[in-house]
Amino acid sequence: MPSTRIAASQFIRLAETRREPLHFFIDGQQVAALQGDTLLTAVLMQQRRVRESEFSGAPRAGFCLIGACQDCWMRTEDGKRVRACSTPVTEGMRVLTRLAAVVTSAGAANENGDAR
Amino acid sequence: MSDERRIVIVGAGPAGVRAAETLVAAGVKPIVIDENARWGGQIYRQPPANGGFERSKKTLYGFEAPKAEALHSTMAALLPHLDYRPDTLAWACEAGRLDTLHAGRELCVPFSHLIIASGATDRVLPVPGWTLPGVYTLGAAQVALKAQGCAIGRRVVLAGTGPLLYLVAYQYVKAGAQVVAVLDTSPFSQQIAAAPKLARLPGTFAKGLYYVGWLKTHGVRIERDVTLVGIRGVDGVQALEWRASREGSPTETIACDAVGVSFGLKPETQLADLAGCRFRFDATNRCWLPEVDPARRSSVRGLYLAGDGAGIAGADAAELAGRRAALALLDDLGIAHPRGAGMPDAASIERSLKRIAAFREGIETAFAPPANCASQWPDDMTVCRCEEIDAGTLRRCIRGGEANEINRLKALTRVGMGRCQGRMCGEAALTLLAEETGKPLDAVGRLRSQPPVKPIPLAPEMYADDLAEIPAEARDE
Repeated sequence: MPSTRIAASQFIRLAETRREPLHFFIDGQQVAALQGDTLLTAVLMQQRRVRESEFSGAPRAGFCLIGACQDCWMRTEDGKRVRACSTPVTEGMRVLTRLAAVVTSAGAANENGDAR
Repeated sequence: MSDERRIVIVGAGPAGVRAAETLVAAGVKPIVIDENARWGGQIYRQPPANGGFERSKKTLYGFEAPKAEALHSTMAALLPHLDYRPDTLAWACEAGRLDTLHAGRELCVPFSHLIIASGATDRVLPVPGWTLPGVYTLGAAQVALKAQGCAIGRRVVLAGTGPLLYLVAYQYVKAGAQVVAVLDTSPFSQQIAAAPKLARLPGTFAKGLYYVGWLKTHGVRIERDVTLVGIRGVDGVQALEWRASREGSPTETIACDAVGVSFGLKPETQLADLAGCRFRFDATNRCWLPEVDPARRSSVRGLYLAGDGAGIAGADAAELAGRRAALALLDDLGIAHPRGAGMPDAASIERSLKRIAAFREGIETAFAPPANCASQWPDDMTVCRCEEIDAGTLRRCIRGGEANEINRLKALTRVGMGRCQGRMCGEAALTLLAEETGKPLDAVGRLRSQPPVKPIPLAPEMYADDLAEIPAEARDE
């Protein structure tokens, strides 16, 4: 498995590609999405993870997409938690997918570092 | 509406909408609480309202487009006549009150009568590697396509069992996705044996056969009676390993970057449980269900249950059960049933529901989840996704004699206690406990529900006094 950040997206678009584009930030990097994308879709069009497990650090990319499994909770740069499958992506949104990114950005090494 | 009469419906899927329609037709104005942003439930889920999505209902819902259209337009017409609260989670329920969360704010909703139409989730059983990015439920694979126009990957394997397996495969191939294999854990012989019961609803049966036939003529590989060995990959799915269930069959590896896997559907019974409804073990659904009479009354006075949340029966049954529950509620209020076109009477609804129940028995026979699957789970396989509790931890606890009942196993290992509240791991924990103890599924206990049924924020603003009213834009369709 290549270790580069963008080996590929997890999702691919099959339809509805004529929607208005918007921009948001994954781990500080600006990326594009479409109006009407959920945050989950928007992130998985760029990469294969939305978060890392706070137990093993293993990547996760959601599972049920209907708000039942709670596997796609993400953190925003300002520390809010959002469930990616039921949250629309919005212009300028800033989300984090890496535990390390959470630590650096929130400046809370103890709280998040211990969970690892 | 007088102060002492507060009618609430939870859920705006097929059951909730038809219940609302029936009540409104009789002059009653219910509150309709729905977790989704738009009505339709899961099966008739609509893409986001403001995104500029363009696909027709025919493209989105296929054969079911007329039903989806009818349900959506019924709800749209009902909006002025009810108090609709979308994007609202009902997270607790006790005598006479629901607790709801909307836009980060708590709102207590008292009720005199409550119809719960909470729907279903995929019935999930683990496979080694199932926490890797790229593994989704079959329902999730469908939602990605229906609500977002996406496929879950470039090379997709669809696996598990149930009618959804073939339907999702059909929808994916039709939309241009690459489905490299459909792997059904049920043997074909089981499906043949169920044919007489399935034939009770010839139209639905024929649709199922059509999907399979269509897939075959389009060259999609279908394997039946398979065992899923594991999903492999480092930071995401790279392959799926499977073998024929027959003893001694070799393992085959299929390269793929996404897997959709689940084993039928499972009712969302948490609110009924918190409300105090009596449960019974249902052999057809292989799970505990809240008791309902033919009129959809639960064991709790003033509380009615409709749709898949009270036992999996599908969308058509949900519409009927929603209507029947509303009629029972009207009876209990002493209000006459509405009459007229599109308003079937109670007796004919119950007859239709009986016919569907016989069909459902056929479905559950044809697509039963694999028997004795837990014995094949390796100790290091994750059972609880939320807190990464593995099968070995559960086994040690059971074999050590510390737990022979599911709630005890939960207390000691935290399985079923994470963010999903057992929705993803409960079936697996029960199956493993039953196999380890040699007891039938109904003899190892029922996983008790706890509020909140889904995560809620604990923040001061949640209980702020200036509670936001339902925003006007929620009603603008």
